Amino acid sequence: MKLSARGGADDRSLAQETSTLSFLIRRLLLSLVTLGVLSILVFAGGQLLPGDVGRSILGPLADERAVAALNHQLGTDRSLTVQYLDWISHFVRGDMSTSYAFRSPVAPFVGAALANSLKLAAVAFVIVVPLGIAGGVLAAMKRGTATDRIITITGLSATVIPEFVSGIILILLFGIGLRLFPMTATAPPGSGVLTGIYYLLLPSFPLVFLLFGYIARMARAGTIEALDSDYTRTAVLKGLPWRLVIWRHVLRNALLPTITVVASQAGYMIGGLVVIETLFRYQGIGSLIYTAARGHDFPMLEAGVLVVGLVYVAVTLAADLAYTALNPRLRGALR
Amino acid sequence: MSAPAVPDALRIENLDVMYRVRGQERSVLRNLNLRIGAGETYGLVGESGCGKSTAALAVMRYLPRNGRIGGGHVLIDGEDLYGLSQTGLRQLRQTRLSMVYQDPGRALNPAITVGAQLAEVFTVAGAYSADADKRAVAMLRHVRITDPERVMGRYPHQLSGGMLQRTVIAMALAVDRKLIILDEPTTGLDATVEAEVLDLIDTLRREHGTAILFIGHNLAVIARMCERVGVLYGGLLVEEAPTRELFAAPRHPYTVGLLRCLPRLGLDRKLRRLDTIPGFPPSGAVELQGCIFANRCGLVRDRCRTEPPALSALGGGRSSRCFFHEEAGDLPRVTPPDPVEHVPPGEEHPLLVVESLGKTFGSGSHSVHALRDISFTIARGETVGLVGESGSGKSTLARILLGLERADPGSRIAFEANRRGGTQARHAIQMVFQNPDSALNRSHRVGRILRRALVRLGGLRGEILRGRLLALSRGVQLADSYLQAKPRQLSGGLKQRVAIARAFAGAPQLVVCDEPTSALDVSVQAAILNLLGDLQAAERVSYLFISHDLSVIRYVADRIAVLYLGRLLEIGPAESVFQGPHHPYTEALLSATPAPDGTLRRVKLSGAPPSAMSPPKGCVFHTRCPRHIGPICDTEEPALSERGGGHGIRCHLGSDDLGRAQVDQSSAA
Amino acid sequence: MSLAPALRSGPVRWERTRLLLSTPTFMVGLAILLFWVGCATVGQTLVDPLADDMMNSLLPPSAEHWFGTDQLGRDMFARVIAGSRDILIVAPLATVLGIVCGTLLGLIMGFFPGLVDDLLSRLIEAVLALPLLILALVALTALGASNGTVIVAIGLAFTPQVARVVRSAVMSERHLDYVAAARLRGETAVYIMVVEILPNILPPITVELTVRLGYAIFTVATLSFLGVGLQPPSPDWGLAISENYALIGGGYWWTVLFDALAIGSLVVSINLIAEGLNGALE
Repeated sequence: MKLSARGGADDRSLAQETSTLSFLIRRLLLSLVTLGVLSILVFAGGQLLPGDVGRSILGPLADERAVAALNHQLGTDRSLTVQYLDWISHFVRGDMSTSYAFRSPVAPFVGAALANSLKLAAVAFVIVVPLGIAGGVLAAMKRGTATDRIITITGLSATVIPEFVSGIILILLFGIGLRLFPMTATAPPGSGVLTGIYYLLLPSFPLVFLLFGYIARMARAGTIEALDSDYTRTAVLKGLPWRLVIWRHVLRNALLPTITVVASQAGYMIGGLVVIETLFRYQGIGSLIYTAARGHDFPMLEAGVLVVGLVYVAVTLAADLAYTALNPRLRGALR
Repeated sequence: MSAPAVPDALRIENLDVMYRVRGQERSVLRNLNLRIGAGETYGLVGESGCGKSTAALAVMRYLPRNGRIGGGHVLIDGEDLYGLSQTGLRQLRQTRLSMVYQDPGRALNPAITVGAQLAEVFTVAGAYSADADKRAVAMLRHVRITDPERVMGRYPHQLSGGMLQRTVIAMALAVDRKLIILDEPTTGLDATVEAEVLDLIDTLRREHGTAILFIGHNLAVIARMCERVGVLYGGLLVEEAPTRELFAAPRHPYTVGLLRCLPRLGLDRKLRRLDTIPGFPPSGAVELQGCIFANRCGLVRDRCRTEPPALSALGGGRSSRCFFHEEAGDLPRVTPPDPVEHVPPGEEHPLLVVESLGKTFGSGSHSVHALRDISFTIARGETVGLVGESGSGKSTLARILLGLERADPGSRIAFEANRRGGTQARHAIQMVFQNPDSALNRSHRVGRILRRALVRLGGLRGEILRGRLLALSRGVQLADSYLQAKPRQLSGGLKQRVAIARAFAGAPQLVVCDEPTSALDVSVQAAILNLLGDLQAAERVSYLFISHDLSVIRYVADRIAVLYLGRLLEIGPAESVFQGPHHPYTEALLSATPAPDGTLRRVKLSGAPPSAMSPPKGCVFHTRCPRHIGPICDTEEPALSERGGGHGIRCHLGSDDLGRAQVDQSSAA
Repeated sequence: MSLAPALRSGPVRWERTRLLLSTPTFMVGLAILLFWVGCATVGQTLVDPLADDMMNSLLPPSAEHWFGTDQLGRDMFARVIAGSRDILIVAPLATVLGIVCGTLLGLIMGFFPGLVDDLLSRLIEAVLALPLLILALVALTALGASNGTVIVAIGLAFTPQVARVVRSAVMSERHLDYVAAARLRGETAVYIMVVEILPNILPPITVELTVRLGYAIFTVATLSFLGVGLQPPSPDWGLAISENYALIGGGYWWTVLFDALAIGSLVVSINLIAEGLNGALE
């Protein structure tokens, strides 16, 4: 007879069980709330940045009246609430205000940079996801052996090395030493898709290193859990061939949680792009944020940071939806 | 002996199994010899850590990664299991050997439909998939699952525990096997469901003529299911005999002690004190000096300490690993047989009065009545037993009484101490939890745990505190040295003693015991029940004792309350509840409890227990009631009506129409 | 008949220590870390990372200059040895700040479900939507770069991540019966959090500490490389790479390689230690 050690939990879990549909709606609303909070944080962060905006654009020698005029023109002399509402209402309509540095709308810059970054991220992902999963599953199946230890420790070490370190070593090795790859990520104008991908290969490697360890570790943990589970025992003791046990019973359960990890890492990878794009002189969202921060171009910085947050929230939301759709436990409740 | 025409379903010869734990070899099974004939049912019993589950895994050739076979053979249907190639092993598992597991919810793959998992058994044996599906449906029908086509498309989480276990049994029986291992197949199922599953296994076994190795800790279940029984202790088979003889006249002191620990149905603490087994089970060192039971045995002599006894045949299919097996029945009692001193509950104003207590979780259309219209009293010094299956709301009730959860408005809970002292109430109600592992803070030493309780609940300080601490721990028979230990260094029984001492630190008036012995072995359970009884006599405390085990409830309780889906179906003096008239549900519960000797006529329930999320309209029990009388049951909830002598039953039937006990309960004592 | 048998096993702590000391990954990590800690404490008394010699700039590795020299003719070996100091002061302090703030926040969130937890969770989720590096980059742009601001920026950026780990650890403890027992004794919330729950969640916090330390080093080095972390003339590795990065096109590989390897070895050592601890505390 079952009686929860927590007492009363048996009754409560029943009471708290809500349908998956309402869970999804809740999840969606929470994402929106998160984005709202994020936008306030980003805006508030922008206000913390030092100095007088007009002054920092015009320089220390500029005339006091010119500074005041510019501040008025930029709207930076209004109350913070008004400025925030103005900024966010324009932002959601795709109008991301005007760059201080370029004196032109921010949106086209951010759009182009995001597209470039997504290309780079896509190349890295196509390489790392299969590699990481295969490595993790292999390590789990060879648990405790040298293969397992090599994959685990290599993955672990690769994960913690800063991208600029691995990037520089790669550049020294393949760019300068062996001359296999160009040292920049930007293909010459007019080159085809394949050339573009070729230019993106070397820059994607540090990202691959960074992510391989995470994905492999999750895949390994998931596979080991599934291998040790009672249902795998049932499958083996049915007399199923090992191959079928793995494909039908182990992997299906083992890799489901990996989806969420891959997604959250996809979000974080955008952060890694700051360094890679600077190192390989690539016009992406990372280098845009970096340049804007160093140049105190706040509208550009705020827009870039908010877009990064948006991408992260969107990707994790998509992963949660995929997880729900693939998990029969949740999918069943949806009916 | 001539070679048998039909090979034995299972033959284990001199099997040794070791585990490697933290770099040290530990012996888990020692020189095990076992024979199960074709079609025979054999039960292997023992307390936790005796090696019974390891035996099951060794017979399936599925030992954990740190386990290994030290020597010996396992022959399945005449074939040497450990001599087989991987292909041969697979074929054996496909056709001749199978297993049913303890936790069916985890034994099935959560990501694959039940039907596909069942059909796999046929496809792997060579059937086409359409054919396999057809046979799977037939198999589900065979294990008495209604609407098998629908169940085929379900995922495991959508089925109840009983349904899942039927599915696993269907899987095991799908191909006619020579041997099926049942490893605690009903542990974790509710009593009424357990009874159904056991019935099913029994019927199917006869139909298929399959041999069964039944592994369990519940002696009563083993007695009901098996023809022969083996008793494992410390990895050694200490006794083996036909079931009836083993239970009637055990020939090993351990078996004798174990049976004496059981609160047999009908035994009551006012009649006799339970016996216990002193000391602690062996640790699994590889070398044995003498008899493995020597340091706990009341019959021990010098020879037992130096020379390990062999398992010797006694004739009549019996064998015992004891030099002095003829004297086993004379094993001296460890505790005096005189009953636990019992002061009858006071006649004065009740200690606790609960009236129309309700508890609703959630709100609006999602709301669930976890408890509704609960009324009862507890007198000073009285033990009220609370029985209920999972989802009945018994733990919620306990948490409300303790103030850990709030009752719905309109509920009345009057605690005597409230009226006098106000804030005293908290100290006056304490709890003993089911799981001593989670009940004790694992990073605090025992002494610290008890001292804090004395400070907070007893308001003690300084020298008095120190004196009281020793008195308290000695009162629950804890050696003083344990005060320095962390909980993880103690066994389950010792941990529960610490938890009990903590509850008694502030002289409570009511202690809620939430399944305090269900995580413990029977020999430990007996000691804990005795302890609780002694403490009650000494402190004149009242207990609300929650348990699913009717024999335990019968042993401890003065009055019994039966809870089903948040409704109190029956309440009354323990004798009346056991004698009848019974509520139909209580009747089913009573008949579902297997007794080690003599079986009651089974009252069968139809259908699965409804979800507590959506309790049935009318009488909550009408969907499963065998005594259903008509539309009134479906539409109108009966009142809890008085049937004489403080015995209330919530049923539309009159007292004369309700069931009564068929055997005289008191004679069992 | 033994009524009081020996306790089940010896002290846990010693067992764990022995297990750790026999884990090769842990020992290798510890050795590398101790080497760099040694360099950080006594390195500057043995070598001078600031002594410039314009006549001997950009020399390749030789017997005299094992790791070559940089643009100002400073000995790269001396700079690599001395470069461990600032990062080994800043990163641990930032980690401790993040762990302390995160543990406090996590305890509160885990123990008070409902409004408090919901509000703080939204805030934390919003912050976590931004990569650590971007958070720190923006914060340092606002605060200005110095050792102190790097510590604060990284520490605060760690806080939500630590809080999330601690929160889930508290949530799984909160339902255990020993907490119910403490409530039945009438203990205050602060007592339950600090005295009852905290000791039981120290293992995950310890693991988090080592993992965070690895990230702190990662982040400090990266920020220095981006020019918003440690400032010249510190011989810090990331800073040195940033200063010399432009030279590698000209084939002066030694001005960045050894610094890069130094950073790599330090972060890997921390993670080997974290991995070993994780295994031992499981």
